Amino acid sequence: MIQRFLPLIVTSAVLVVGFLLCAAQFPNFASLRVVGNLLTDNAFLGITAVGMTFVILSGGIDLSVGAVIGFTTVLLAVLIEQAGWHPAAAFAAALAVSTGFGAAMGLVIHVFRMPPFIVTLAGMFIARGMGFVLTTDSIPVNHPLYGVLNDVALRFDGGGRLSLPAMLMLAVFALAVVLAHWTRFGANLYALGGNRQSAELMGVPVGRTTVLVYALSGGLAGLAGIVFSLYTGAGYSLAATGVELDTITAVVIGGTQLTGGYGYVAGTFVGVLIQGLIQTYITFDGSLSSWWTKIVIGALLFIFILLQKGLLAVWTGRGGETAEA
Amino acid sequence: MTPPARTSAAGIPRALPQYGALVAVLLANWLLFPDFFTIRLQDGRLFGSLIDVLNRGAPVALLAIGMTMVIATRGVDLSVGAVMAISGAVAATMTGAGWGLAPVLATSLAAGLLCGLWNGLLVAVLRIQPIIATLILMVAGRGIAQLITEGQIVTFTSPGLAAVGSGSVLTVPMPVAITVAVLAVTGLLVRRTALGLMIEAVGVNRLSSAGAGVNTPVVLVAVYAWCGLCAAVAGLIVTADIRGADANNAGLWLELDAILAVVVGGTSLLGGRFGLVLSLVGALIIQAMNTGILLSGFKPEFNLIVKAVVLMIVLLLQSPALTLFLPRPGSPRSGSPHPRTPRPAEPPVKSGSVKSGGVKSGGIKPGAGA
Repeated sequence: MIQRFLPLIVTSAVLVVGFLLCAAQFPNFASLRVVGNLLTDNAFLGITAVGMTFVILSGGIDLSVGAVIGFTTVLLAVLIEQAGWHPAAAFAAALAVSTGFGAAMGLVIHVFRMPPFIVTLAGMFIARGMGFVLTTDSIPVNHPLYGVLNDVALRFDGGGRLSLPAMLMLAVFALAVVLAHWTRFGANLYALGGNRQSAELMGVPVGRTTVLVYALSGGLAGLAGIVFSLYTGAGYSLAATGVELDTITAVVIGGTQLTGGYGYVAGTFVGVLIQGLIQTYITFDGSLSSWWTKIVIGALLFIFILLQKGLLAVWTGRGGETAEA
Repeated sequence: MTPPARTSAAGIPRALPQYGALVAVLLANWLLFPDFFTIRLQDGRLFGSLIDVLNRGAPVALLAIGMTMVIATRGVDLSVGAVMAISGAVAATMTGAGWGLAPVLATSLAAGLLCGLWNGLLVAVLRIQPIIATLILMVAGRGIAQLITEGQIVTFTSPGLAAVGSGSVLTVPMPVAITVAVLAVTGLLVRRTALGLMIEAVGVNRLSSAGAGVNTPVVLVAVYAWCGLCAAVAGLIVTADIRGADANNAGLWLELDAILAVVVGGTSLLGGRFGLVLSLVGALIIQAMNTGILLSGFKPEFNLIVKAVVLMIVLLLQSPALTLFLPRPGSPRSGSPHPRTPRPAEPPVKSGSVKSGGVKSGGIKPGAGA
């Protein structure tokens, strides 16, 4: 039992130790305000990472999420500011479009048996391209509802506040844990990621699960786009470039195996927080340049992959022979 | 089942779509822009839209050469864009510090080679999936490049290095000449020795090729190292062309263009057979489309959508063939189609031979048919 949770335990330990080190260096670090901001700043990343976790658990990958976030922010800005839609209607439209987009990619992946990598790469081009076609400008959103939604927060002592995006992210993670571990869909997902052929022979509806998981990832990317739009108060077609890599990194750091079939949604949450922690540390320090974020995250990624490999080798008693492709 | 696979596997018909597409795109450009094929000689260098396509396509073409072989081993290298940024940063920073051309070129190529070796070691020795192994350098590489340039956009005025990007050899622009040279060297290495065969063998089945005596780790490391070297050359060209190194934007998204070029060129992402020249044709198709969109007065914003649509069309065209090739990697079942999902691509392919019995039971039919 401990073996199964070891990657999760190690990741969590890294987060706790990292946080304690930061707190030891900067006395103000261990405050509810910093923690609240950590959750708010990484809300869109966390929501996207949940979708990515599911896709990776099913043995696939979704490179289009960053582009879908960017497209969603543009779509919202255009609908609200230029077409005069109510934000609620625009949100619904954005969720429908992004979910449909994900489902379409899943359908192509399943029906034509194309590698998910290349289909979602094309999806990334299409989503970015559609954003560019709508507008290449950054459009500010001035609807009063945005101000209202941004003020929604649970306030704590010491200036800490749990904002709406942060609450949304926590809710998504909670629902995702239930979906992954206590539903038929979750079981199908793990089976599919573990071994597609055995899953099919066991009667897992492979096609429906594949389409659903990409629809879920697309829909969550759309939700992340809404959060991003609230967070920045603008729509920009180049927004959230490279988020697909950040989310994949968070998923890997969180202990999910990229070959699929093994991992936990909770690990992804910790992975997102570790990335946010590094960024916050660099902001606190002030003298370190922003590029250290990338280097440190790259190094962490490497260490965690090695750790996974090591664990796998210990469990199977051989040097990870199974990981061929 | 097998006959269609054989016919599409035969050399010449397989390459036809790529050459056809290139000719079609070039003709479309010519219709939009009657002077498209006009080439003139000025100051000892060729000029013209066609030359421009070749010249601008050179970096992606170089990346595609390295990427083709990586993909042939059933891998992928996501870090090439970041490696371009690193080699450019090294070249610009060293030139700025007063080094001569030879050490600058040598060091930045060595940097690319080192990056490739790192990727290769992760894939071959630590057995990390290629997407993830190269993702590490893709994330960290730009940080390293920024570390080298200290976050600045480093510019230089050295005419020696600038000539790599904008000079010419025997009237041919330098980037085109370099690309042809790299292609020739690579072609000689893989087609005049057994290396190409080994690369394909590793791509089809790593375990059995190791069993057959192929030194798979060495082949893999060599392939990734070569890919890093190609990326370094591409990075040098881009840096020399703009006479500066921008660690943030140099080679950004070019890894995707390179993968696109290889896929358009018909090399399967599942590894195995590869075509270097066809990947170059793929790179040229992409560049010719870019140029065509600009010439036609469409907004360049449409570029990405057009690219995506072309990618999907090419993949869809290859899809039935892809399905037929699928049983090969899993050698135990070679020959007989695996009992996976019912294949929707099935009816169009063998509609003539479908017997009246299996109307609904598409999933069982292929197994019975073979």
